[in-house]
Formats: sequence, structure tokens, C-alpha cells
Amino acid sequence: MTWGLATSHVPSIGAAMDHGKTQDPYWKPLFDGYAPAREWMARHTPDIAVVVYNDHANAVDMSVTPAFALGTAESYRVADEGWGSRPVPAVTGAPEFSDHLVKSLIDASFDLTVYQELDVDHGLTVPLSVYCPDPGERWPCAVVPLLVNVIQYPQPTAARCLALGRALGEAVRSFPEDLKVAVFGTGGMSHQLAGARAGLINQDFDRMFLDAIEHDPEKLAALTREEYIREAGSEGIELIMWLIMRGALGPRIRRVHEAYHVPASNTAAGMVLFENLSR
Amino acid sequence: MSSTTPRLPGTYVFDAAENRRGRALNRLCGSLKDAGNRERFTADEAAYCETYGLTAEQRDAVLRRDWNRMMELGGSIFYVFKLAMVDQKSMQYLGGVFTGMTTEEFAQALKAGGRNFG
Repeated sequence: MTWGLATSHVPSIGAAMDHGKTQDPYWKPLFDGYAPAREWMARHTPDIAVVVYNDHANAVDMSVTPAFALGTAESYRVADEGWGSRPVPAVTGAPEFSDHLVKSLIDASFDLTVYQELDVDHGLTVPLSVYCPDPGERWPCAVVPLLVNVIQYPQPTAARCLALGRALGEAVRSFPEDLKVAVFGTGGMSHQLAGARAGLINQDFDRMFLDAIEHDPEKLAALTREEYIREAGSEGIELIMWLIMRGALGPRIRRVHEAYHVPASNTAAGMVLFENLSR
Repeated sequence: MSSTTPRLPGTYVFDAAENRRGRALNRLCGSLKDAGNRERFTADEAAYCETYGLTAEQRDAVLRRDWNRMMELGGSIFYVFKLAMVDQKSMQYLGGVFTGMTTEEFAQALKAGGRNFG
């Protein structure tokens, strides 16, 4: 486990990249904030990235709501979300590695749903673009999608997410091949899209979270879902996915870079990159 | 930790009961990610609503583009947004509708640091 990236996955961040708007005054501060992290990650390319994200009514509809699910496919198509697929490469999977994670995590009593077919939406492709803005014909690493229900209450608890992350870290370390693996926790930060509180931004909470995700993840794991929804908004509860990333890293980490920006469309956008020092 | 769905003023918390209540509406909106369905919907919106079994209230909210009402009738923002995309409306436009602001006022509130609730 070489590094962990937490990042928002706002669709308009992907659209800004796809339409060449990253130097527009509205977007430039956000992308300038990403630059040092991108430079570091470009020098530390993993073999496989585990991307923790949620689907947004594209591949997964609400007839079934898996709390946690893992993709085991050889490849994943980029979803058409209603305005055509993003012009980014299809995602190459890591089926043997996925199989290992499924066995390890179910043995550890995390009852995953398993996807053999999955179209991946902006929740997964925008974080990949945050990592690698110009992938060319293919992304620089294979990808394992790990989906979390953050849309339908009750979502998994924050504590359960941190525990899943720890089990994920152990599963990765027990894979027999010597591979470099990165883990992405995506979504957040504070945002609420609907209702009279739409446009909610709680910078104090976001800053606290950005600090505690490094120094005190247990404090974040102790927050209730109601607290996440109240403080970070009904969609801000996506932050629980960052805890899976954090749990997967070892006890010794180093913060490489962080960025925080308001607004990205209707939300705050956060990023934090950790190097894992305990291998 | 209690799993009672939180009641937070100004916030829709979408749970399994809301999912059941909004099912037809969300299925209709979700179907609009396919171009062929968008064409069929646009050709005859009322008939399209019939095929998805919307309640009369849900149908009226869709036909009148009453975004607040759609949310009150079990809509999930991730589904309802697909209908807004058919109309080429942005999430910031919806943000304005939900908060009683123009799109420009809503966008400006976000640029100024977002809306704060104590």
C-alpha cells in the first residue's frame, strides 16, 4: 500500500477537464491546488488503485442497495450518465486481485456484494482524472471499484467504514504478488444538493475533517450519520468513504499535500494525499 | 446508534420508505439516461408518465417541472437531476429553485463561501 488519496468527485470537475476549462478563472484555483499532488503521484505510479466511490443512479439503480460492493471484472465501461460518456479510457480491472479482496474481506466478516459487470460513473472516473489528467489511451494503473451506499439511509456507519478500510489494508498486504497499490477515498466534502438547505457549506467542519483524517480518524469514526448529514449536508455523508481509504493505510503515514476549495459547482472540494510509510 | 431516519429541517433524507414512495418517479427519471427514452419522453410526456405508473401528483409535478414537489413525493436528487438534464438545466439552477433564488444568486452565494446554517 503505497499511498492514499482522498478527493471530491464532483461531476463538473470532470467536465471542466473534458472541456478545457481548467484555466478559466472559476476553475484555475482548484486545479492549481491539485498540481503538487499530481506531480508526486505521477512519480509514484501504483500497479492497482482501489477506488472507493458511490454510483449515482447510473449502473446501480435503487431496486437493490448494496451497503458495500466490489468489482471483479476484467474491465469496466465508462457510464453514459445522460449526456454521453466522458471522453476518458475504459477502466482496466484486476480480477485476480479483486477475487483475493472478496475472499479476504468476506472472511473478515464484511459481506460484500460482488459485481462481475459494472459501468463506472463520475464517482470513479473523476477521481482518476484528479490523479491523472491526461491518461491518453489508457489509465496508468488497473482499478478495483469498491462501492459504498451513501445515498439511501441508513448508510454504513463511519466506524464500519474505518474498520472495512483496516480489513482492506490487511487484504492488500496478504496478496501473494508484490504489487504497488494505492487507495482512493472519494466524495465529500460538505454539500447538500436539494431542499431549503441546498448549497450548505460548513468550512469549519471540512477543515476539522481534513485535519482529523490524518491525526485522529477514530474521532471521525465516532460521528453518527445524523451528525454527518447535519454538519456536512445530505450528500456530505459521502465523507465516510474517506475513512475506508484512511483505514487501509498503515499506522505511519505522511501528508504529501492537501487542497480545499469553495465552490466546485454546488459543493466544497477537498483533496488530501498521504504517503504510506509502513509497508 | 439509532437507525431512526434523521429529521433535519430543510433536508431530504432518502431512506427505504422514501425509495418505495418515489419508486415510479425515480424509475422514470432514471430511464432518461438513455437517448431513446429521452426521445419518447419528449414526444409525449404525459403518455410516458403513464407507462411508468406515476401517481397523479408525481405526474403533475413532472409535467409542471415542480422540482420541489418532486422531492416531496419521494424523488431522489440523483434521479430528478436526469430530468433537469433533459431540459438542459444545471444543478446550480436546481439549487436556486430549492432555495428560492435565481440561478445567479445561488451561484453567487456559493462563490461567496456557500450557505451557512449555524
